Amino acid sequence: MPILVPDINLRIIAPALIVTVTAIVVLLGELVTPAERKRWLGYLSIAGLVVAAFAAFSLWGANASGFSGMVVADNFGLFLTLTIALSAALSILLSIPFIHAHEIDQGEYYVLLLASVAGMIVMATATDLIVIFLGLELLSLPLYILAAFQREDTRSLEAGIKYFLLGAFSSAFFLYGIALVFGATGTTNLAKIAASLAQSAGSPMLSIGVGLLMVGFAFKVALVPFHWWTPDVYDGAPTTVTAFMSVAVKAAAFGAFFRTFQFALPALALDWRAVAAVLAVLTMTLGNVAALLQSNVKRMLAYSSIAHAGYILIALVAMSANGLSSALFYLLAYTVTNLGAFGAVIALSDGARERLEIKDFAGAAREHPLVALALTICLLSLAGFPPFAGFVGKFLIFGAAVETGWAWLAVIGVLNSLVSVYFYLRPVVQMYMSEPAEGWSGIRVAPLVALALLIAVISVIALGVFPAPAIALAAGGLIR
Amino acid sequence: MDPLALVIIEALIKSIVVIIVLLTGFAYLTLMERMVVARIQVRVGPNRVGRVFGIAALQPIADAIKMIFKEDFIPANADKLIYVLAPGIAVGTALLAWAVIPLNPPLTIFGYTINFEIANVNVAVLYLLAIGSLSIYGIVLGGWSANNKYSLLGALRSTAQMVSYEVSLGLSLVGVLMVSGTLSLTQIVQQQSMIWNVVWQPLGFVIYLVCALAEINRVPFDLPEAETELVAGYQTEYSSLKFALFYMAEYINMLTISAIASTVFLGGYQGPFGILPGVHWLLIKMLIFIFIFMWIRGTLPRFRYDQLMRFGWQVLLPLALANTFVTAVVLVLLGK
Amino acid sequence: MSLLVFYLFAAIAVLAALGMVVLRNPVHSALSLALVFVSLAAMYVLLSAPFIAVAQVMIYAGAILILFVFVIMLLSPGTDQGVGALKAQRGLAILFGAALLVLLIAVLGGAVLPPTRGTFTPEAIAAEGDTQAVGALLFTNFLLPFEITSILLLVAIVGVIVLAKKRQSISKQ
Repeated sequence: MPILVPDINLRIIAPALIVTVTAIVVLLGELVTPAERKRWLGYLSIAGLVVAAFAAFSLWGANASGFSGMVVADNFGLFLTLTIALSAALSILLSIPFIHAHEIDQGEYYVLLLASVAGMIVMATATDLIVIFLGLELLSLPLYILAAFQREDTRSLEAGIKYFLLGAFSSAFFLYGIALVFGATGTTNLAKIAASLAQSAGSPMLSIGVGLLMVGFAFKVALVPFHWWTPDVYDGAPTTVTAFMSVAVKAAAFGAFFRTFQFALPALALDWRAVAAVLAVLTMTLGNVAALLQSNVKRMLAYSSIAHAGYILIALVAMSANGLSSALFYLLAYTVTNLGAFGAVIALSDGARERLEIKDFAGAAREHPLVALALTICLLSLAGFPPFAGFVGKFLIFGAAVETGWAWLAVIGVLNSLVSVYFYLRPVVQMYMSEPAEGWSGIRVAPLVALALLIAVISVIALGVFPAPAIALAAGGLIR
Repeated sequence: MDPLALVIIEALIKSIVVIIVLLTGFAYLTLMERMVVARIQVRVGPNRVGRVFGIAALQPIADAIKMIFKEDFIPANADKLIYVLAPGIAVGTALLAWAVIPLNPPLTIFGYTINFEIANVNVAVLYLLAIGSLSIYGIVLGGWSANNKYSLLGALRSTAQMVSYEVSLGLSLVGVLMVSGTLSLTQIVQQQSMIWNVVWQPLGFVIYLVCALAEINRVPFDLPEAETELVAGYQTEYSSLKFALFYMAEYINMLTISAIASTVFLGGYQGPFGILPGVHWLLIKMLIFIFIFMWIRGTLPRFRYDQLMRFGWQVLLPLALANTFVTAVVLVLLGK
Repeated sequence: MSLLVFYLFAAIAVLAALGMVVLRNPVHSALSLALVFVSLAAMYVLLSAPFIAVAQVMIYAGAILILFVFVIMLLSPGTDQGVGALKAQRGLAILFGAALLVLLIAVLGGAVLPPTRGTFTPEAIAAEGDTQAVGALLFTNFLLPFEITSILLLVAIVGVIVLAKKRQSISKQ
């Protein structure tokens, strides 16, 4: 029997590998860490993420693929890896005091979060539908559990079950899509699919397969009409988990979404671009209109995240190099902005009692002027005001759409941004214009939360004022 | 004649012969068990019906007649379809395993080679595990459909027990598979003409025996029927032929695991050091195993449920994993 | 002959799958599902993939479904009482389900597979052995997915323990 040598190239998967190893170390460390030192597991996790980020940096420009064409280390994937690592590190900073206050500080929290990060990195760098699917599962499974992590809270359990059931359902769609695409092209490798489609025309089976793939992706990034789980899950899950999954899942899933459709399926672009355009319009509009009606901040941010998925989808419709880089920049900007907003919401909570209704924020500016300012900056950035990161992101995406002849889509996007200003400003108005409510005195912002908030706000401003370096990095990230 | 048709006819004949032998064998196993347990308890045991050399040679036939003429009772709130189906599933899965066990070296008569296994499947070992995992259904469904608390408890216990021990059972065979490099039972037997696998895999052998006992719910793992606490567990409500079928399944399963243990670890139809291979060796080995099982039944008490679970997960599983790991390391070091 | 066997098991699989959806008693549904798994296994045998067939029976029918049955028996939910508050959903569900069925039959019924044969033709499998082929692929081309799966399973185990284990009140003092 011949000796078979697998195509092992550990350097390419170094970031995911480091995160996985960190997760296992934390899992073992949990056994020997006394209850009052659990926060060290959080610091260890952040250290692992930093090392993984350095590994990703060291791979910059490597453009190598490995494991028989299953994964690739191109700048597109590495940019997303860095974004995901940043979002995870900030989320852990927010989580350390949060899970302590809610009496759920178990080391497994970090283990699951890191495992999810590993899945996201895999998904963002995968070049084979099977690996994309496994990455999708590896990112989702820990999130189902994290969503239900506050077991004593029935809403958290509800969030976990809802997310799990609908997530499993959408995975089935995705898998069926893979099967049909495999049937039509004889391969699951993205490059080979592209090559196969370049030679022969598509078939109806392929179209259905591609459609099902789109459903799977649409569910994960919460596009209308596959968004029904989002508000309940975001609302019920622990706030730090919501913060993490609202940004990181989008980065990973959009990464694979762009890679699959723009790289492997350009032959069918005529069809899927039209569908994606319709989805983008529906998603932006419904997300923003529904957000108008919310009185709970978490639900509002949930609908806002749906709307932002719509904006990013415009970049996919554009299907150009600029569209790709604008999406990358947007994902980074959205990550820091949204984490900043959630961080501020967490900073304003009173121990285990969270303030999640918009009216609870009345007078916050007088008691916590800096946190209120941070929240204001993040909300303005989400709405797309200059000189913040969100403005640059929207500018780039709409620009890419106009360039490629999708000006009407950009117009709808701009109109939607105008609508969104109203609901993003409501908490701001409450904080600055209303009389302080009861119970503000004596609330101290945890230093780690303050640190995370500081990093987020500085990034929001820096990306808004000096966007050029980040845009340059994102522009280097063309898919191979 | 169409070669495919010939294959089918040959398989049919073999199946009928095997089934007839098994069903008769089962009947005399019950007699043997009653005799052995009686002697262990210093009793005489059955010695009246059709006495030959002090053995009640016709006792099994008398038992069968008694069973058949008992009232066939179905509880009012039972799930009738499944209640009737369950004993059939139990016996069916018990018999299915025999399709792949090689009984004798191939014989050539009039230029036509007969293989003494019904089907030479190249994944035979996995097939046995798959059929073994299906054999749960008979017990579980029988216990559930009777709509009786004791039956349901028995069914629940057997599910948990079998699922737990199945893992170690599979792992205990992995060592042999790594040593022999094939999943085909025919090849595994042929490789053992000189040295039996038990020499390479003593730990795997012991783990297999323990897990197999648990899989067929024999003492000391007979919690699913445990007369003292659960009346008769999953078979509480069964009577007449349906009860007899469960009984039959249990004894056939005992024959099956003895046959598998002999085949995989003790060279099957191969005699020691290649002496006169033939079906008699397989039968001798099986009888030894069966006697050991009866001996265990006569001497050991039943496990408590938590002991059972702890033993399965915390003792057997780590041991089986360690065995697999050590085997792999040794094979790599030997450069196989 | 093998075509006849295929149609036999295909019919069983389809009927059992229907039964799984239509039957009211959850245990009956689970049993229908077991029948589906076994019929699928028979089809894998026809496709000269006995390893996959046996694995299918062992894992799905023998392990996963047994756990389903275990849970169903533990909860003993009785029979499904049919649609609850969302009566309107039922009509829509039937409508869209039928539409999807028509679409899939129209598309997949007339599907033309690519003319090129893959690497693993029946002859190649017969020469190499299908278990060997699966093993070789798992440890070469599909090494990465294989290892990711192991991490996935580890995470699932950790998750189950997190959700099910009694939580010591760590910071209560």
